[in-house]
Amino acid sequence: MEITKQEVEKVAKLARLALSEAETTAFSKQLNQIVAYVQKLKTFSTEDVEPTSTVLGQTNVFRPDQVQASLSSEQALGNAPDAEAQCFRVPKIIQES
Amino acid sequence: MALTVIHKMTLAELQRKFTAGDVTATEIVRTYFLRVAHVEPKVNAYLTQCKDAAVAQAERLDQSLKGWRKTTPLMAMPLAVKDNICTEGVRTTCASRMLETFVPPYDATVVAKLRAQNYLLLGKTNLDEFAMGSSTENSAFGASRNPWNIQTVPGGSSGGSAAAVAADECVAALGSDTGGSIRQPAAFCGVVGLKPTYGRVSRYGLVAFASSLDQIGPITKDVTDAAILLGAIAGHDPRDSTSANVPVPDYLKALKRKDLKRLKVGVPAEYFADGLDPEVEQAVRTAIEGLRELGADIREIKLPTTDAAVATYYVIATAEASSNLARYDGVKFGLRAGDSKDLLEMYLKTRAEGFGPEVKRRIMLGTYVLSAGYYDAYYGKAQAVRTLIRREFEAAFETVDLIVTPVTPTTAFKFGEKAQDPLQMYLSDIYTISANLAGLPAISLPCGFSQAGMPIGLQLIGRPFEEETLLRGAHAYEQATNWRLKKPLVR
Amino acid sequence: MTYEVVIGVEVHAQLRTQSKLFCPCGTTFGRTANSQTCPVCLGLPGSLPVINEKAVEMAVRAGLAMNGTIGVRNRFARKNYFYPDLPKGYQISQYEAPICEHGWIEIAAGGTTKRVRIRRAHLEEDAGKNLHEAGSGMSLVDLNRAGTPLLEIVTEPDLSSSEEVVAYLKALRELLMYLDVCDGNMEEGSFRCEPNLSLRPVGQTAYGTKVELKNINSFKFVKDAVDYEIKRQTKVLSEGGKIYQETRLWNHERGETAVMRSKEEAHDYRYFPDPDLVPLEISAEWIEQLREGLPELASAKQQRFIAEYGIPEYDAGILTSSKALAVYFDACVKLYPHPKTVSNWVMGELLRELNHAGLEADASPVPPERLIELLMLVDQGVVSLKVARDIFPDVYASGKSPAQIVQDKGLTQVSDEGALVSIIDEVLKNNPAQVAQFKEGKQQVLGFLVGQVMKASGGKANPGKVNELLKKTLG
Repeated sequence: MEITKQEVEKVAKLARLALSEAETTAFSKQLNQIVAYVQKLKTFSTEDVEPTSTVLGQTNVFRPDQVQASLSSEQALGNAPDAEAQCFRVPKIIQES
Repeated sequence: MALTVIHKMTLAELQRKFTAGDVTATEIVRTYFLRVAHVEPKVNAYLTQCKDAAVAQAERLDQSLKGWRKTTPLMAMPLAVKDNICTEGVRTTCASRMLETFVPPYDATVVAKLRAQNYLLLGKTNLDEFAMGSSTENSAFGASRNPWNIQTVPGGSSGGSAAAVAADECVAALGSDTGGSIRQPAAFCGVVGLKPTYGRVSRYGLVAFASSLDQIGPITKDVTDAAILLGAIAGHDPRDSTSANVPVPDYLKALKRKDLKRLKVGVPAEYFADGLDPEVEQAVRTAIEGLRELGADIREIKLPTTDAAVATYYVIATAEASSNLARYDGVKFGLRAGDSKDLLEMYLKTRAEGFGPEVKRRIMLGTYVLSAGYYDAYYGKAQAVRTLIRREFEAAFETVDLIVTPVTPTTAFKFGEKAQDPLQMYLSDIYTISANLAGLPAISLPCGFSQAGMPIGLQLIGRPFEEETLLRGAHAYEQATNWRLKKPLVR
Repeated sequence: MTYEVVIGVEVHAQLRTQSKLFCPCGTTFGRTANSQTCPVCLGLPGSLPVINEKAVEMAVRAGLAMNGTIGVRNRFARKNYFYPDLPKGYQISQYEAPICEHGWIEIAAGGTTKRVRIRRAHLEEDAGKNLHEAGSGMSLVDLNRAGTPLLEIVTEPDLSSSEEVVAYLKALRELLMYLDVCDGNMEEGSFRCEPNLSLRPVGQTAYGTKVELKNINSFKFVKDAVDYEIKRQTKVLSEGGKIYQETRLWNHERGETAVMRSKEEAHDYRYFPDPDLVPLEISAEWIEQLREGLPELASAKQQRFIAEYGIPEYDAGILTSSKALAVYFDACVKLYPHPKTVSNWVMGELLRELNHAGLEADASPVPPERLIELLMLVDQGVVSLKVARDIFPDVYASGKSPAQIVQDKGLTQVSDEGALVSIIDEVLKNNPAQVAQFKEGKQQVLGFLVGQVMKASGGKANPGKVNELLKKTLG
């Protein structure tokens, strides 16, 4: 099953990665190679096998509903590329079509 | 005492000297930075050195200790921390352009534990960008070099930590291991690397690569030091839901027995198959004989699902990574690409500029395997195969106490040798990733050298939360051999 | 062609926890931007979420009160998408295993009751807020709200008019407020609703194309927006046009909906179990414990009011229409065990003022003690019922005690015989014909005479006393 260039472009957009023409070509080739290799998983029968999403046996890990001190705004905004009026500032949000 | 030998000591030796008052914190830190200045141009282990802060901290410690020598075990111990572990006030880059200027406002739990013991942070060590890689060639700030031969890679992703320990640029270091990132560089650099059981050490403050696989662990000059450092960082953390509430034993006690009598050790045939360098195989088989001579009951075991491990790992790890790395979007921290006409363009450009090729490749793969229509075939399937791998280990551990294998198929390779072929690079993780998939503790320790003089590693894998057995086995073997005494010349 | 309207509703209710869903930051509304944030809710590298137990309990309580099945094994999943108010690039939500499924609540509709099915309710974290920066065209991001616990409640497409949608939302909001799991504040966004609406020709079984409505923060706007959208879609379809699957924003100033984003290119959220969190298991014992802790809900309260207090079903219905009102009524009856009298006062005088001011009973300037004080003044003969009713608006507006107002206005009821007798003598003198009729046996004239005495006293005479004295004088 071949991953087309269009699919690579679609995935790149989902992942918000601008790819150059050369990158798109290289990734198409490499992803196909890797995904072809991954097909070997099909040779392992997993009928009625529970998926593992964590190896831990524990459940119900909670914290109590208690408020603790938040960061100062200097700390919260300290690493911001652009901040204004105690807020993170971003370029205008245009709805994608 | 002659300061020139300080950096050659192990953590345990340096502890004794410091506690006895034979050496001051200031002497320790100054000696180490002399050593760093001497070898760092060749090794490039550090991304950030914390000389001023470490000297100031050492002076404070010496001042406060005048006439009173009650210490914590890691007080004044000069450690290095992999640069994907958050340190408050010290930039944490993950070797990525994306986080080149990121200064965390908080400490990782492991760092807070070390800080509470008044350790000395010498600096933050190099890695493959976001811990993705096996050579540090993926660092955005230049690769580290293997102290045994600077033409070869130190391994990865914790290559900076392993190289720093091997080159005596710190007494011990923290690394992180998602698919072998502690053990493989430890093997390549001839030092000891321990990946704890998943949940043994808090991940809070470890910049996530693949959350269900990541663990922080020690990289040290010998097994005793690994036991000391593991004891210092292990334990339950209420801020990490995946940290286990299991008591932390005194790991040093596990080292008291010098033999391996009644210890059943399994040798899986699948780990000695095609692709294993004969020199590595020879060294590992000799080491297994060494274990037998120490009293271990050596048994052949079967782990046939090993063949699925690499495929399973690269689906799960990249899927989790694609999501974990979504937060690098130029909004709250890190890089933002300039001059974007709107938000979408800002996202696309920021992530294109901020991430290197390997990170992009894995985000692409991870996004693909989670996307509509492919989830069941890839991610769902990999999770199910992961269950098979776990079960296989559970079954094996009903008959053996430890499993012994090689760490890597080859010794350290040359720069650029595998960089062009990602799949070949991934396949070299074959012996280490199963322990991550099954959440098991595993240790890498030196077991010989190639003809070319490069270190070879031995891996022991244990039952969950039985790091003591790992340490006991590793320590007995280490003490029965002299590999640890050989040091690189760094030239 | 005539069309049938099919509506489902998605509600996001903020749970009233002290701290956020996955970190210990506070959830107070209206704080300085980004002052309630920490590494976890900012999505800083290396931070990890830990579930707030109280939020889970609140979600289970709500699920039980909605008659739903509580999922024993819950898992949190990541919903992946990019937006500036979403700090991690994914929202921690529930996908395959929600906390509650297959519930229902009853609403009043067209003089009868209707059961609205709840498809699912699940826990998730809220996003922050994007604010438009005037002038620059840029946006500002405040992450104070990011990570606040939300319960998303989704109905089946069981509703068919704006009235039903409003009735459902009111019932749901009351339910959550009865449970004390949501403050119900629509303006502050604690209770957000998104109706989705489609039309289909009567008789057709397949659903039409669905449009989602957003930006609706009052019941009035819900009604207006749904009515507008029904009209719009009817017009488009009757003219042979096509409805597009899209999200439309309600603009209350213009009274119309407008396209926000098109769903033509469907999102691919790439849900997968969040590996930073372990499974959540809600045991049968835990469910039972929470069920036992549920407060008396509206319908149970209504039944109790009828049975215990003997008030009419109509009264009980109104008095339990809001939790605050029911609590108010209960408190009054505890102080003054005459339920029907209390009911008349609460439904009449009190609700008239509260509705006028747009207040809930728990914010009433007249607390239960004060209302009962007024009723006692009547019983003690200090004022007449009429005076009591007349001065209620003063009691409400001034915040003074009824006794104080009666005294200030000199409205104390006249019960003194001497004073009353002289008024009665005066009235009898001025109405000889009626006096004669009474003496001829026409008892009903007495009422007229009492009225005259009351009038002459300026309403202050004690009517019981007047009656008694009149009979004695005439007798």
